[in-house]
Amino acid sequence: MAKLHVSTTVNGEPLEFLCEPYETMLDTLRNQLALTGSKEGCASGDCGACSITLDDRLVCSCLMLAAEAEGHEIRTIEGMARGGRLHPLQEKFLEQAALQCGICTSGMLVASEALLAKNPEPSEEEVRFWLAGNLCRCTGYDKIVRAVLETAAEIREAAQ
Amino acid sequence: MNIVVNNKWIGQRTIRPDGVDKVTGRAAFAADTAMPGMIWGKVLRSPHPHARIRGIDISKAERLPGVKAVVTSRDVVDFPLDKSVMLGIQDMRWMCRNVMARDKALFPGHPVAAVAATTEAIAARACELIEVDYEVQPFSIEIDDAIKPDAPILHELNKFEGKPSNIVGQLEHKKGDIEAGFKQADVIIERTFTTRPVHQGYIEPHACLISVTADGKTTIWSSSQGQFMVRAMTSMLTGIPQSDIRAIPAEIGGGFGGKTIVYLEPLATLLAKKSGRPVKMVMTREEVMRATGPTSGSKSTVKIGAKKDGTIVAAQGTFYLQAGAFPGSPIRGAAGCSFAPYDIANVLSVGYDVCSNRSKVAAYRAPGAPIGAYAVECVLDEVAESLNMDPLDFRLKNAAKQGTKAAHGPVFPRIGYIETLEAAKNSPHYSTPTGKLQGRGVASGFWFNAGGESSAQVNITEDGNVVVTTGHPDIGGSRAGIANVCAELLGIDYRRVSVIIGDTQTVGFSNLTGGSRVLFASSMVVTQATEKVINTLRERAAKVWEIDPEAVKWENGAAHPASPNAGQFEPLTLEDLAEKAPQQGGPIGAGVQLNTQGADGGFGTHICDVEVDIELGIARVIKYTAVQDVGRAVHPGYVEGQLQGGVAQGIGWALNEEYIYRSDGKVDNPGFLDYRMPVCSDLPMLDTILVEVPNPKHPQGVKGVGEVPLVPVMAAVANAIYRATGKRFYALPMSPPKVLEGLQEPVQQAAE
Ligand code: FES
Ligand code: FES
Repeated sequence: MAKLHVSTTVNGEPLEFLCEPYETMLDTLRNQLALTGSKEGCASGDCGACSITLDDRLVCSCLMLAAEAEGHEIRTIEGMARGGRLHPLQEKFLEQAALQCGICTSGMLVASEALLAKNPEPSEEEVRFWLAGNLCRCTGYDKIVRAVLETAAEIREAAQ
Repeated sequence: MNIVVNNKWIGQRTIRPDGVDKVTGRAAFAADTAMPGMIWGKVLRSPHPHARIRGIDISKAERLPGVKAVVTSRDVVDFPLDKSVMLGIQDMRWMCRNVMARDKALFPGHPVAAVAATTEAIAARACELIEVDYEVQPFSIEIDDAIKPDAPILHELNKFEGKPSNIVGQLEHKKGDIEAGFKQADVIIERTFTTRPVHQGYIEPHACLISVTADGKTTIWSSSQGQFMVRAMTSMLTGIPQSDIRAIPAEIGGGFGGKTIVYLEPLATLLAKKSGRPVKMVMTREEVMRATGPTSGSKSTVKIGAKKDGTIVAAQGTFYLQAGAFPGSPIRGAAGCSFAPYDIANVLSVGYDVCSNRSKVAAYRAPGAPIGAYAVECVLDEVAESLNMDPLDFRLKNAAKQGTKAAHGPVFPRIGYIETLEAAKNSPHYSTPTGKLQGRGVASGFWFNAGGESSAQVNITEDGNVVVTTGHPDIGGSRAGIANVCAELLGIDYRRVSVIIGDTQTVGFSNLTGGSRVLFASSMVVTQATEKVINTLRERAAKVWEIDPEAVKWENGAAHPASPNAGQFEPLTLEDLAEKAPQQGGPIGAGVQLNTQGADGGFGTHICDVEVDIELGIARVIKYTAVQDVGRAVHPGYVEGQLQGGVAQGIGWALNEEYIYRSDGKVDNPGFLDYRMPVCSDLPMLDTILVEVPNPKHPQGVKGVGEVPLVPVMAAVANAIYRATGKRFYALPMSPPKVLEGLQEPVQQAAE
């Protein structure tokens, strides 16, 4: 079968690639585009380690076909820090020790950023349910939830 | 040894050295590395739980275009069954058969061949072309089936009481006279408990990339809990000498004990050698669930007798643990740890290691101890109840302390168990009222902790900063602890200390990241190496000042005259001395290699509140506090994280996680959808109380912390469910269907 030609935008940069029709976005990111920050924990949509955004919508890149990126805008963990400056969520995760092994961290951060974009003032419950698709086996989630809540509060404060 | 006080960095929540890489997606985990010319390996796995392998025909697979190499057990070094060859706690007879089935396949998922091809798809297709001639055998999975007299035997060579048996090991701890002890008891309670196999559940599947050059030089990138273990096992299973194998530790995406043995590395090495191409192998989640870990399922009977005043006079435990396909279940943890928190005159604790047709057990956080503690701590709750005693007071009355002789052997040094009970009792949590259908349970736990071999090199850079190299994969932030310790000793900002995990050919032998040993052992070698560096720095300053090195002290990152008598000199900073180093005798650095001793055991006490939905059978943890004697919290953030992570795993084990087997012997839930680990919305905040009773045998007072926090959880949850519902459950998991069913049964079982 012939490969498909895809034109898309990844982390703000226009980009083209060829992919198999059955290839997932996650495989393309990791194996072709050298964007290995998105991780594969399950390949079945159950762990969230592969979280990216597609036109600002949070998706599991293991459940998305690479060809579906055509004409859309993809953001991955590699695009989260801007101009060498960490995103406040990234800073807060480090301050709060909200990661242990770090394998879930890319997905957690991408998902958390997507939450705050939609809901700048989430409750603890809202954070917990939003992140329920992102498994972390190391932290028990406590420090992650606190980091997201604190970042949200600080971003709101800074905006005033 | 001096315990460091008034610390600037020890006890601070510093930013971990590898942090920015991990929040930006740059950290290279096992599956993140690629090489020019790389091809892909895949494993063909047995579909049968038990089958003799009469033959394997690989010719069709080899002819498939794109296939570069096929290997079978013939390519793996054989360790004959009649002679045990140990590597740490692993017997290579079993390891060689676990990585590739030889005469028999012993569980569904057992590797029988491996293929390397130009794409993963071709490798998978080639696996389908391999013809294996199986002679299917009867199988058993559950302990009760495996120990029946007529059970199908996995290893005919093994005898128990003179007959071939699946009971492949036994361990007994004895203290006092158990019969006489029970005779003194006013209350005796005996219960039997079962637990299901549960998986460590690390989010990163096993993966490796391996290059073997024409002259045999082998480079391994893989994530494991020990690059030296990877090197040694790969060497033993492939015949390549250790000096030719460079095992580079990739960042590791969780291990919890499950990455203390190899699965893929020897196969990828053989494929790389045969094909002449670098080979990458990555397990799918399903392969992880079917063929790696999990921990044992178990069946335990515990009997405890106490006097009216609350003194425990006798305790007996019998623990059957499922080893899976090969011997090696953690009976030592179950039989050894479960009674350790208590000062009991008469103890008999026996463990049995039982083989059955499921994947070989791998270590899981305090291996065996949570299984034993679940049974013991639930029975203790019943004894306390029948004596009308508060469960914490009952534990306080019987708590082990300095001088207590544990049934598993040691006499305890100064330990902090009582402090954890007192802290739990005084915690705001313990006095908060519980509501309707809510209940509060408590439980305690113990883990041995470990020392062992570690190496470190501390080098001063030419610009006067510091690079520390250790040999332990950092799974939970241990680099941050090392930076704190080294910065403290040198009196410099922690950001000037870079901490690197060396590969097998650049740092001295360091044993596994496991047993809660890493910060204990590595900060010990780093301390000694840093002290050597400081001595060199003092000597260098003494030379400049032309005084005796003894008259120089090191403080705040600089050499100073020790007293006014030594003379008046401007301090010489680390930068000054680094700059002068070439003229003064050369580079400044020191390495230390030790078999570290003095790791004291750890104790914890947990408080758990649950709320039970009696219509749906859902038990929900609504509040949790973990109290633990952590020795010294070098980085409190990551210490708390260990406690919280252990608790979350325990809640999963208590309420949902289990391997479900089909009648054909296959695991029916080999993925995260049906193997239900706790997600963020399942849990409350997890509170921690760090009790610090410093370990006197460690320069910073460190004790291992990572494993204790899993030990008490299942009992704490079970005891809480009882208080909420009036129903005691004796089997894990207490998942909604089982809770619902249990609540419909009449309440029984009073004290004898
Ligand atoms: S890898 Fe995509 S959800 Fe797990
Ligand atoms: S930090 Fe390890 S899985 Fe989340």
